[in-house]
Amino acid sequence: MDGLRIENLSMVFSLPNGGRIQALKDVSLHLAPGELMSVLGPSGCGKTTLLNIVAGFLAPTAGRVQLNGHEVKGPDAERGMVFQQGALFEWLSVERNVAFGPKMAGKPAAEIRQTVEHLLEVTGLQGFGDKPVYQLSGGMQQRVALARCLANDPDLILMDEPLGALDALTREKMQGLVLRLWKETGKTIVLITHSVEEALFLGERLVVMAPRPGRVHKTYELPFADRGLEESPRSIKASQEFIAVREEVLSMIWEMEEEIMGRAGAG
Amino acid sequence: MTDQAQSEGRPETDDGEMAARLSEQGSAGPSGLAVWLGIADNTFTRQKTVKFGDASAVNSGRLYSILTVIALFTLWWLATNLGWVKPIFWPSLGMVGERLGKLISDGFRNFTLWEHVWISVYRVLTGVLLGALVGIPLGFAMGLSSLARGVFDPIVEFMRPIPPLALIPLIILWFGIDETAKISLLFLASLFIMTIAARAGVSSVRISKVHAAYSLGASKLQVLRHVILPNALPEIFTGLRTAMGVCWGTVVAAELVAADRGVGSMIMIAKNFLQTDTVVIGIIIIGLIGYSIELLMRLLESWLIPWKGKA
Repeated sequence: MDGLRIENLSMVFSLPNGGRIQALKDVSLHLAPGELMSVLGPSGCGKTTLLNIVAGFLAPTAGRVQLNGHEVKGPDAERGMVFQQGALFEWLSVERNVAFGPKMAGKPAAEIRQTVEHLLEVTGLQGFGDKPVYQLSGGMQQRVALARCLANDPDLILMDEPLGALDALTREKMQGLVLRLWKETGKTIVLITHSVEEALFLGERLVVMAPRPGRVHKTYELPFADRGLEESPRSIKASQEFIAVREEVLSMIWEMEEEIMGRAGAG
Repeated sequence: MTDQAQSEGRPETDDGEMAARLSEQGSAGPSGLAVWLGIADNTFTRQKTVKFGDASAVNSGRLYSILTVIALFTLWWLATNLGWVKPIFWPSLGMVGERLGKLISDGFRNFTLWEHVWISVYRVLTGVLLGALVGIPLGFAMGLSSLARGVFDPIVEFMRPIPPLALIPLIILWFGIDETAKISLLFLASLFIMTIAARAGVSSVRISKVHAAYSLGASKLQVLRHVILPNALPEIFTGLRTAMGVCWGTVVAAELVAADRGVGSMIMIAKNFLQTDTVVIGIIIIGLIGYSIELLMRLLESWLIPWKGKA
């Protein structure tokens, strides 16, 4: 078990008008098994491109991605994905959404039922199994998305702003759930988010990316995720230490945004 | 229509909350009949603070529909009984009733009334079924492969705006005026509607759903079967509904041109014998069946694809 290894990854998109955009340049990262890494950056820094390459939806122009020693070539059940919204199958009930992966793999019905039941309980969805997913609130839908991903028991979970569309209160609750699921399952997780607070609270490691071309700007090792289960999330987020890092990262991203705006204004 | 708008426009809330509100307001609310008629606000319209003037923009207005129908029949009765119009232009209610009895007991021109109606419906159903059987796979192929899209696009796009009735002369030249001719016409009328609907359904799938399925371990075939197909069903069903409507109009017109059976031929032949009452009965039957088809399709839709519009 080697974890996730991203080596010298570059991605250039060719535009229809003949132009080229360097979305990623020389990105290298290593994630040990069981680690949770959050990725932050201003829009256009290539974080979603990075995730899509790791998921196997995009092939990089240069560099490679390895998971547990073998190279990533295309999407696979070993790498689960949680999207922001709208990726649930609205024609299926909650439990059938969760059962999707095991069913595609041809697992026996009894085993699937057991997995689904367990996951509905873990994610706080007991009693909602036979509901259509479109009747659930946004927070509940993301619980289904998490359960559906876990049902496949993937080695790596990729989260693309999973809590981005939720209201502030639901978001905090769901952060607690993500943290607890991560601790209980010991999964390796890459979390992309726009929220600095969320990135700091959940990430053992934080990667701040810079735009044009998308690259790793700075990496932090953070203590907050480890304390997240014992201490109350509110007190962690209100602590001097947390606020200090938060302000540092925020002004870093602000500066990048200003630079983009300045360049756009000048050019 | 208003009814539908109400149920679709209802804001999504948690079940408990909704139930609480219903029970709180249901006890002292207006009578069910008044709400059904649209002369009283129901629990939904009452909580709307911004309306077009008042509740009349959201209530059903059924009372007025009922009054309109009564007024039309009264006008009919008056106009024919007081001799405002000659029976040859518009028959009296009594004549129509008498003729309807005769049509039901004796039939019309060697066929019972039931046979005339059934053959028209049968033609539509067969035409739409064949159109769907060919059109849906064709639409899927066009939505999934650039080869199929490239090959069929000019044909489909060219045929789509041509009214099916314009094809009748060719169809008669090729197939004569028997059953094959009519079914072929209806097949063509529904084919392009179904193709375009299926293609639109395939293209409408959100890429995140396809990505989600792949990262859950689905194969290409499984993505097609378990994601793209169910995702396309609402569009396909809308296509079916449109095709049924278009084909019902087309079959009647085709029967007006050449047929010895069917509701369309019935009114055309009746016209030749100046049987205005039979013509009127035929028109009413055509209207009622067209309306029933629409209602039936809506019912099937809410039953088969309850997730429509909820993505």
